[in-house]
Amino acid sequence: MWCAGWPIMAPRNQSLFLERQSYRRRRTIDAARLVPLLGLILIFLPLLWGRAGAEIKTSNALIYLFSVWVVLVILARLVAWRLRKTAAHADVFAKADDQGSH
Amino acid sequence: MVPFNLLVGVCLLYVLLLFIVAWAAERRALVGKTAWLRSPMIYTLSLSVYCTAWTFYGAVGYAARSGLEYLTIYLGPTIVMIGWWVVLRKLVRIGRAQRVTSIADLISLRFGKSNLLGVIVTVLAVLGTTPYIALQLQSVTLSFAVFAANSSTGWTPPDLAVIALWVAAGLAVFTIVFGTRNLDVNERHHGVVMAIAVEAVVKLMALIAVGVFVVWNVAGGIGPMLERIDASPIADWQIDHSRWAGLTFLSAAAFLCLPRMFQVLVVENQDEDHLATASWAFPLYLLAMSLFVVPIAVVGLDLLPAGSNPDLFVLTIPLHEGHEGLATLAFLGGFSSATSMVIVAAIALSTMVSNHIAMPIWLRSQPAGGAQMSGDVRYVLLISRRISIAAILALGYIYYRLSGGGAALASIGLIAFAGVAQVLPALLGGIFWRGATRMGAATGLLTGLIVWLYTLFLPSFGGGTVFPDLWMSQGPLGLEFLRPQALFGVQGLDPVVHCVFWSMTLNTGIFALVSIFSFPGPMERLQGAQVVNALEAPSRTRSWSDSVVAAEDLLIMAQRIVGSNHAQALFQAQAALQGKGGYLPDITPEFITNLERKLAGSVGAATAHAMVGQIVGGTAVSVQDLMAVADEAAQIMEYSNQLETQSSELTRTARQLREANSKLTQLSVQKDAFLSQISHELRTPMTSIRAFSEILRDGPDLLAEEQVKYATIIHDEAERLTRLLGDLLDLSVLENGQVRLNVQQVLLGDVIDRAIAASGSSLKQMKIRRVHVNENVQISTDADRLVQVFINIISNAQKYCTAENPELKIKIKALDEVLHIDFVDNGDGIASANQAVVFEKFSRLTDTVKAGSAGLGLAICREIMTKLNGQIQYVPGQGGAAFRVILPKA
Repeated sequence: MWCAGWPIMAPRNQSLFLERQSYRRRRTIDAARLVPLLGLILIFLPLLWGRAGAEIKTSNALIYLFSVWVVLVILARLVAWRLRKTAAHADVFAKADDQGSH
Repeated sequence: MVPFNLLVGVCLLYVLLLFIVAWAAERRALVGKTAWLRSPMIYTLSLSVYCTAWTFYGAVGYAARSGLEYLTIYLGPTIVMIGWWVVLRKLVRIGRAQRVTSIADLISLRFGKSNLLGVIVTVLAVLGTTPYIALQLQSVTLSFAVFAANSSTGWTPPDLAVIALWVAAGLAVFTIVFGTRNLDVNERHHGVVMAIAVEAVVKLMALIAVGVFVVWNVAGGIGPMLERIDASPIADWQIDHSRWAGLTFLSAAAFLCLPRMFQVLVVENQDEDHLATASWAFPLYLLAMSLFVVPIAVVGLDLLPAGSNPDLFVLTIPLHEGHEGLATLAFLGGFSSATSMVIVAAIALSTMVSNHIAMPIWLRSQPAGGAQMSGDVRYVLLISRRISIAAILALGYIYYRLSGGGAALASIGLIAFAGVAQVLPALLGGIFWRGATRMGAATGLLTGLIVWLYTLFLPSFGGGTVFPDLWMSQGPLGLEFLRPQALFGVQGLDPVVHCVFWSMTLNTGIFALVSIFSFPGPMERLQGAQVVNALEAPSRTRSWSDSVVAAEDLLIMAQRIVGSNHAQALFQAQAALQGKGGYLPDITPEFITNLERKLAGSVGAATAHAMVGQIVGGTAVSVQDLMAVADEAAQIMEYSNQLETQSSELTRTARQLREANSKLTQLSVQKDAFLSQISHELRTPMTSIRAFSEILRDGPDLLAEEQVKYATIIHDEAERLTRLLGDLLDLSVLENGQVRLNVQQVLLGDVIDRAIAASGSSLKQMKIRRVHVNENVQISTDADRLVQVFINIISNAQKYCTAENPELKIKIKALDEVLHIDFVDNGDGIASANQAVVFEKFSRLTDTVKAGSAGLGLAICREIMTKLNGQIQYVPGQGGAAFRVILPKA
């Protein structure tokens, strides 16, 4: 009777754990899709400058664009890191994506 | 100052270093030590072929002329890279699964392995890349010229064209040596990728070194630098909305579609995971590459005399400041930018040209089955690649010479981008939209190509060279809406943005429209499903159905393409998988698909398919083939259905035969019994007739009373005989169809009345129940015959009804087309075993003595009813004997 409690306990714990993992992973994938959108918005933001006639200094524009760039790199890195981390649990990249993209 | 020879020496040393790096990488790969070669960092660095000499030198010039706009060229690819999950991941997955060799190969493969599309994309790529190669040659020669002009020793450089020629030749040699070593792309160009990674570091270091020097040495720190920026002419720059958006889009599109980018991004990709690293690392690299561009431009504009070429500030500032070492490093950076671009572009283009143009032509020029019988395909393929590389570099050189190396070349970068971007709709449509068809892709690509040529490429040669000036200002034939740079009245746009807008709009529109209205072939639909669904399922290419081909033939062909060692290893592995020894596996569909895929890595999907097709027979699955297969299956199913029907029919017949047989046996037994019966019947009256007639003859003294009695007996017996014989005769007449019917209109009730009256003598004991109302039916029949039938049934009931108070019910039921006349008594009925024979001749169920007849009555009835177009049946389960007479309605 040593195995009586086993088959019920283990899968339940495990599935709870996996559930949370794949949930995290799907949200990370959502983020992976949103980051380029954010990038586009930030990069096209200068198009809206100078409407009221106020000039933006070129050095400021330069600093703004490079800051955006750095932020995007950091975000991309975060996303890539998270994806890889969750991928270790969710088998390969491809598998979790099945639920993620469809 | 740096003497020319030293400069050349540095160049040669650098090239030697590249050779060594490439060679070492190949060696390591050969012995399997690929761990380091396969790192994501190498992959990221190899992506830097995007940054050519045009961006190395040109970005500074661009910034000097148009301010921050140069950033769009880097921001587009940044967006693509950080959005890798959406597009690049799928591209790489498809590329790895299908062993794609180039962007032309991917497009051709997606649209049903169509070589037409491969050719279109290849032509587009060659048109877009050749000027670009010329631009690289120009940048190298210009940088040489800078050193010459700056030289105090006053060495005059050899003719610039000669330098360009040497550079082109050197690059061709390097590319041929390291680029065409392996034919199977699965092995990839380790050496080239490694060399490019080194070059990526060199050019980044060079640019950053110059940038650091400019900011901290010349300008004196970040703060002063920013002030200088705001004070410089660059600060006057105003953002041009359409160019900002248009160029960001264009650079993003080109990043995906440039043949050299596709080569490093997809074809040389070792591991999908590398993309995750490159997604942030490559934007970082681009950031670093563009960080110091504005400071260099600003300082260059400040320091150097007006009119000096801003494209060369990266070189001229260090020279102006007397830092020759730094200038040499910058020169190397520019040199490496140029060489890495040319090498990868030449490899990518040569693959496309040889797979989609040279090989198909060569294959077609071969007699049927040529891939197997004539010359060595591997050799031909290598030669064609090498020639392609040399030809592409020669084209670049010729273009450089023809364009005169002037300012016209400088603008070619964006023009080339716009050209290759025409592949984008077909590429994205192909990997995301299953409805995209070959026709749609081809027409879209051609439209884009034509619009690009008309609105941007040809006008770029300057007014009057290709198009007359009048065309540019007033349109061809005075049609204003066709003005090349103001198509359909869209004026005032920058020519590049104008071209991108119209070409992409028309290209995408026509691609979608034609796709919607055309119907893809079966091959296209299969490939389309595979490519679009690449992320969902492990890929399976369509399989060969036939396996009549000999494994040996395939081995011979494969050896010629991928080399004998590889081919044998592949075949051996396949055989082992199937559990066989030796080199010849069974020709299973999977094996052929695998082999085709393997060959596709060398010669492209369409060519591989054609070659395997030549041996396996049938180059593609046509609709007709599919129909034939379907037909065959349908036929087989129909045949089996027929067999099944036949067999059940046989079973039914057999059962019927068995029944008939048992009936016959029973009848035969009864006939025997009846014969003895009838002979007895005939004999009994005959005996009494003979006996009484003898008495009459021999006894003259008989009383008259006695005579009358005996004579009556004789008469009665004779009558009985006559009746019997009459019955027999009647039956025989009916059966032989000699009876003549006397059809007339009668009332059913009358007929029944006659029948009851005729059999009336003994009716005292039997009660007859009738419903006279129902009998009031007119029928058209032979009344006498029908009366005969009824009499028979009624007298049978009288004879056989065993009930104590015998009773006969006569029920009439009118149905749609027939009348049912049921005669039901309350006796025992007829045992079910006898029901089958009750209407047969000579059948007699009970003792003949009681019946007083020969048992022919019901048989006669049946014959009569048949003649009257009716029936007589025995109806079981009515609580007694029940006969049903069925008559047609009048």
